[in-house]
Amino acid sequence: MHDAGYVIAAWAVVFGGLLVYALVTMARGRRLSDRVPPEERRWM
Amino acid sequence: MTTATNETTPAATGAPRGTGSTTTRVLGLTALVGVGVLVGLGLFWSPPEEVQGDLARIMYVHVPSASLAYLSCFVTAAGSVMYLWKRSEWWDTLAYASAEIGALFMAFACITGSIWARPTWGTFWVWDDARLVTSAMLLLLLLGYLALRKVPGDPDVRAKRSAWLGVLLPINVVLVRQSVEWWRTLHQKATLQPLGGGAKIEDLMLFSLFVGFVVLTLVWVWLLIHRFRLAWLERRVEERELSVAIDERRAEARVSGSGAARFGSAIGPGGGP
Amino acid sequence: MFRDAALVAAKDLRLEARSRVAFNQIAPLALVILLLFAFALDPARGVLARAAPGLFWVAVLLCALFAVQRAFAIESGDGRSDALRLSGLDPAGIFLGKVAAIALELAALEVLLGLGVAVLYDASFGGWVLLVATGASATAAIAAAGTLYGVLAAGLRVRETLLPLLLLPVLAPVLIGSTRAFEAAFSGVPADGWPWLGLLTLFALVYLVAGALAFGSLLEDM
Repeated sequence: MHDAGYVIAAWAVVFGGLLVYALVTMARGRRLSDRVPPEERRWM
Repeated sequence: MTTATNETTPAATGAPRGTGSTTTRVLGLTALVGVGVLVGLGLFWSPPEEVQGDLARIMYVHVPSASLAYLSCFVTAAGSVMYLWKRSEWWDTLAYASAEIGALFMAFACITGSIWARPTWGTFWVWDDARLVTSAMLLLLLLGYLALRKVPGDPDVRAKRSAWLGVLLPINVVLVRQSVEWWRTLHQKATLQPLGGGAKIEDLMLFSLFVGFVVLTLVWVWLLIHRFRLAWLERRVEERELSVAIDERRAEARVSGSGAARFGSAIGPGGGP
Repeated sequence: MFRDAALVAAKDLRLEARSRVAFNQIAPLALVILLLFAFALDPARGVLARAAPGLFWVAVLLCALFAVQRAFAIESGDGRSDALRLSGLDPAGIFLGKVAAIALELAALEVLLGLGVAVLYDASFGGWVLLVATGASATAAIAAAGTLYGVLAAGLRVRETLLPLLLLPVLAPVLIGSTRAFEAAFSGVPADGWPWLGLLTLFALVYLVAGALAFGSLLEDM
């Protein structure tokens, strides 16, 4: 592949960013859900 | 995404730990498989483009990111309008969650666009493209919206102010877009076009772009649900902390004598000794 | 509504006449900004004269931030926002009155800045009709958007840092439009400037209407 560095960098930014954001969001959700009674977080 | 496990608190409580549910787990797994397919299609199976060569592969993630960022902006505005109409926490939370994810996708669009522009136009940034400048401005507007959302205070006041800000969001985007368009084209015509202008796009490339849209939309929905639930939890915790603080003040007031307690309750929860 | 607006504007301007915060602090600050631009750019090569329209409007925007902060600072504390709320004045009138007061202060500031630009940057003026029309439109636009975003940030502990972040990106079209129109006027081809005047007027109208609609509900918890 030509210009592989640019292509890989762009894809890494997107999927790396998504992964980090998803992990952080889920970790925060777990931490907060311990402090909220279950009847207030019954997801569908 | 891969950490979406089935770990739950004991069945007696009946609610899952975290922000996951069966829906999001199915959605997350589908999105994950989709990402695998997209990587295969976008990076390996689809042919290089005629004019740009392999650089066109960046478009498979860049274009969907930008589109989803504008969609997020629209959802935030719609949620804001609905909040001002119905005054329900649901719409407010939706606007908030969507704005944060929109900022994330807009950041992706700007960064991948710059990475693409460097070898294509020889520079990370040009001012001749109204889309570029408008996108950067939308990112800043979303960051402003999120900054207002993160100010601590009365949730209802915050929701109302954020909603007005959210309603103004698309209006500002239109005004910025119009001004930048005129600014750069009144004197010279924009000559740059992404995806190589009139070059022939092969079917497999079009299909890859389509898959990019589908997969990133799945990820967007998955993130939106999780972020929505997280915002919901944040608000519950905020409310509990507030009521705990009020109870503590009341207890303090009671301990320090009945006269003080009567005084404390008379001037409100914040007025205890 | 317009009678209430006149009352509020007169009250704000009377307060300014007594305290002279804009006159004693914001106006000198505008001159400081003009000097800073001269230090940052090389005056010898004519950069300043060429960039004068843009620098003028950037200085106006920065000063507008302080004018808006000031306009809401005089309503805060000692239950003054309650007094405003309970005064029975039409919220849209209060909004328009605040816009008018800020706009008048900014207009005075622009005259001063214009003199400063002419003297310090050696800029030559021309196309007076376009110049004045653009000034009026852009001032109304800045004051209207500034008042609306000012009330959004009012009463928060972080308002000093939040307002610039909220307001300046929104005012980007005003900066682009007014700068281009001034450039057209300065260079003697006013025909290029009229579309921009249209955009500025549209911006001002949008924010005047939006602010008049939103102010009532936002005033409740200022």
